[in-house]
Amino acid sequence: MIGLSAVYTLAGVVFAAIAVLSARDQGNPKRWANAGFWGLFAVSFLFGDRLGDFGNGILVLAMVVLAGTVGLGIGRPATTAPEERRALAQKLGNKIFVPALAIPVVTVIGSFTLKTIAIGDRPVFDPAQTTLISLALGTLVAMSLARLLLRQKVTAALQEGRKLMDLLGWAALLPQMLAALGAVFALAGVGNAVGSLAAQAIPMDSRFAAVAAYTVGMALFTAVMGNAFAAFPVMTAGIGLPLIVMKFGGDPAIMSAIGMLSGFCGTLTTPMAANFNLVPAALLGLEDRYAVIKAQIPTAIAVLLVNTVLMYALVFRF
Amino acid sequence: MLPLLGVAVVVLGFAARINPLLVVMSAAIVSGLAGGLDLTGVLSAFGKAFNENRYVSVTWLVLPVIGALERAGLQERARDVIVGIRAASVFSILCSYLLIRQVAVAVGLTSLGGQATMVRPLIAPMAEAAAEAKLGPIGGPLRERIRAEAAAAENVGLFFGEDIFVAIGSILLIKGFLEQNGVLVEPLQLSVWAIPTAIVAFAVHAARLFLVERRLSRMIGAPVHEKARA
Repeated sequence: MIGLSAVYTLAGVVFAAIAVLSARDQGNPKRWANAGFWGLFAVSFLFGDRLGDFGNGILVLAMVVLAGTVGLGIGRPATTAPEERRALAQKLGNKIFVPALAIPVVTVIGSFTLKTIAIGDRPVFDPAQTTLISLALGTLVAMSLARLLLRQKVTAALQEGRKLMDLLGWAALLPQMLAALGAVFALAGVGNAVGSLAAQAIPMDSRFAAVAAYTVGMALFTAVMGNAFAAFPVMTAGIGLPLIVMKFGGDPAIMSAIGMLSGFCGTLTTPMAANFNLVPAALLGLEDRYAVIKAQIPTAIAVLLVNTVLMYALVFRF
Repeated sequence: MLPLLGVAVVVLGFAARINPLLVVMSAAIVSGLAGGLDLTGVLSAFGKAFNENRYVSVTWLVLPVIGALERAGLQERARDVIVGIRAASVFSILCSYLLIRQVAVAVGLTSLGGQATMVRPLIAPMAEAAAEAKLGPIGGPLRERIRAEAAAAENVGLFFGEDIFVAIGSILLIKGFLEQNGVLVEPLQLSVWAIPTAIVAFAVHAARLFLVERRLSRMIGAPVHEKARA
């Protein structure tokens, strides 16, 4: 059965190639730091399951120290000049969109159909992981189409990939790091501590106060944890169910639906949600790493206010 | 309350703009130690979770293809297409993208967008091209603002569309959690009540994009150095 391990092997090979290309980049004064960082990422993808928990911990620590103290450089492999790109764009026309759109299209089709492919009774693809497998397939399909269309050298794509990875730098690792931090927080009891703090701090003797404490609490807690999924069980067990549902007789479905969306308002405001907020800033080459958050904060506040009113108006009525 | 020290480390570290990887690692160590683990225990717990969450980083697999296409003029072509459309503006491009993204996600087509696959190579260059078609060359801060708005439209569309789809992770999480607490709800009951907020979020964000567009329109004819500052 083709599962996540095949996808990880592919990622490992790509990162290993990026590490080798980094090491050979004479123009990057920090080439060994970059080679080490991407090389360790490759090791994690290829051999992570054999390193043991402590071994993986040491591997992460080494990556953090490399990026945090030595610092990563930015490789600048030879690429096409802006004029060449304009000329190529005119020559290729809209055909160039085909490989680009192949990635999302194949991913969507794959995530619906891969589950159904089976030899006899045995599924060919791990049914629990079809989206990620489809994403990898979409990438391979796009790569093949790009090869046919563009006829670049094989290393060209890897060098361009390296350039983009270097542009991301530490931001490439942050989403996975934050997911791991969430697990350690859960282990150390951070969620419960925040939940009990919120329940103690806010007087909730009126319906509106309970609703506001729940929606705003969801947003704040989500901003702290970077993830509404971590905040939802704690806030709902601490405020939502005992007060809004049990004490005041609110509808649990309405409360939960709008409560989760209040959490998403928090996600829009926090660097802890790195893959949504910090990674795009790095990908787009923005100087202010918080520029995307700043563009989102007014929307987040307005939607949170409306959510609070909506919940108050709807939750006791149905 | 001691494990909350880890949260304090995160808040202070991010505010001081220290390298986020160092901040996260320190927060994990502080929280773990305060929660009763020893240093080996913290590193093992962190390493285990890091290894289990490798799927988060699989997204980067798309970057070599995106890079190869950009090398051959993908961003330039996206710009050319926009320059050919008279009515194109930052507002019309980002608002359409927001709407399409939100509707697609609401019917379960979550993978159709993305910061690496859509925003960087296509949507952001299109929005920039539309601004430049009206204003001429634009300066750094304005360019930053337009790019940031493109990323924001992607996030807002995704977040406030996904809960309308019944089989999305957050809906299943809510259903599972309520069930554990003895409350039975159908996914459809939950996704129906995500619709009012979805409409509000679209209206609010579209209105804000309209304000951005109005600020840009006021700059038509303004000297280049003002466009650079704005």
